[in-house]
Amino acid sequence: MRETEFAIVGAGPAGLSAAIEAARAGVQVTLIDENDKPGGQLFKQIHKFFGSKEHYAGVRGIDIGVQLLHEVETCGVEVMLNAVVWGIFADHTLGIIHDHKNLHLKAKKILLATGASENALAFPGWTLPGVMGAGAIQTLVNIHRVLPGRRVLMVGSGNVGLIVSYQLLQAGAEVVAVLEAMPKIGGYGVHASKLRRHGVPILTSTTIKEARGKGKVEEAITIGLDEHWREIPGTEKAYQVDVICLALGLTPLSELAWMAGCQFDYIPQLGGHIPVHDANMETTVNGIYVAGDVSGIEEASTAMEEGKLAGIAVAEALGYLSAAEAACKKEVVLRRLDELRSGPFGGVRKQAKEQLHQQRCSQ
Amino acid sequence: MRVEEHPILGEMKKPNVVEIEVDGEIIPAIEGEPIAAALLAAGKSIFRYTRKRNEPRGVFCAIGRCTDCMMVVDGIPNVRTCVTPVRAGMKIQTQHGLGEFGGPLS
Repeated sequence: MRETEFAIVGAGPAGLSAAIEAARAGVQVTLIDENDKPGGQLFKQIHKFFGSKEHYAGVRGIDIGVQLLHEVETCGVEVMLNAVVWGIFADHTLGIIHDHKNLHLKAKKILLATGASENALAFPGWTLPGVMGAGAIQTLVNIHRVLPGRRVLMVGSGNVGLIVSYQLLQAGAEVVAVLEAMPKIGGYGVHASKLRRHGVPILTSTTIKEARGKGKVEEAITIGLDEHWREIPGTEKAYQVDVICLALGLTPLSELAWMAGCQFDYIPQLGGHIPVHDANMETTVNGIYVAGDVSGIEEASTAMEEGKLAGIAVAEALGYLSAAEAACKKEVVLRRLDELRSGPFGGVRKQAKEQLHQQRCSQ
Repeated sequence: MRVEEHPILGEMKKPNVVEIEVDGEIIPAIEGEPIAAALLAAGKSIFRYTRKRNEPRGVFCAIGRCTDCMMVVDGIPNVRTCVTPVRAGMKIQTQHGLGEFGGPLS
């Protein structure tokens, strides 16, 4: 069995940030990812980030990714790619399939930074080729430079739905409409305005009713909803499209946290069942930490700060940072997280996070 | 359809184009890109048919989670084409049901 001081599962923004922070303090770090490249979803995010300057405001996700990878390379982190973590055992041992071989890795501390998966929506015809997740579109268009269709209907007007719609326009596709079941647009006004300026209608109180086509999507039927979410007969509209894109939010990928015996709480504002954690990002299981979307769906910017917190906390717990040094570093990160979680969108998440922290502390 | 030019990402870097065989037909693909990307770029959207109802399936998540895009690749069924990189000369087949081992090898 192999051993390491700090094993991190997931090399997205949270995992990379944690690795850098801990390794800089002197911790031996093993960063594990199932993909053939690190970076998680950062390299698909070709839009500019919001927030303060410390938060990479105005910088595109792809450029942040390049920067983080460079830092990871220079601070001596062991990066294990094409490695799927299939299990986690009581003695902090991970079961890993790496390059088709099974191995066990025992760690003093473990960070689960496994991210999230996209929510789907079942409607007649939703299994037809051409119905895809927004993440799929981002991956295909922004990384592989392939447009899976020419005319797209977007379902969901959260930030992902709005941003991916705009990215589709940038890539040369037509977005016939963005649907939103709620009575108002889900995402930031600035993203919605960009679409509107390009003449893309955002239809609120409207949802997808059916996808039709022979062997693949050829037509989408939409329908209006009343204030009780009931379909309004007679409001159906048909759109000739070859792609229906689903941007319906994310659910934390928390299997390993369940397996480890972490206590969970159901917090809809954060995407569902969330492992309870404290301000150090430590779960109810000693030595197991969470950061990024698995600890509550937010954004890449918050994921990076949470990763740093976990990295600092682990370095402190392993004796690489004094309590005073750690407190000082944490304070800076916590202040930035507070800034990111302000305003009408962030405020809701801040409250939900505090609820989780209180639960952990009251134990 | 390839996105040759892009206002943010710029022009596509000159790719290493190879050939792969899909159900007997030769199509161009970029070495190292996922098989699924090459197929979509070539206008192919049906990757497999389901076991019970013989319904078509294509790419859904494109990051290796949903398994909708599984095909028979070099004689091995249930290969997730969205996370399997292209190599020159690969032989790919539309999968029916759970697929079978065997078939053409590259």
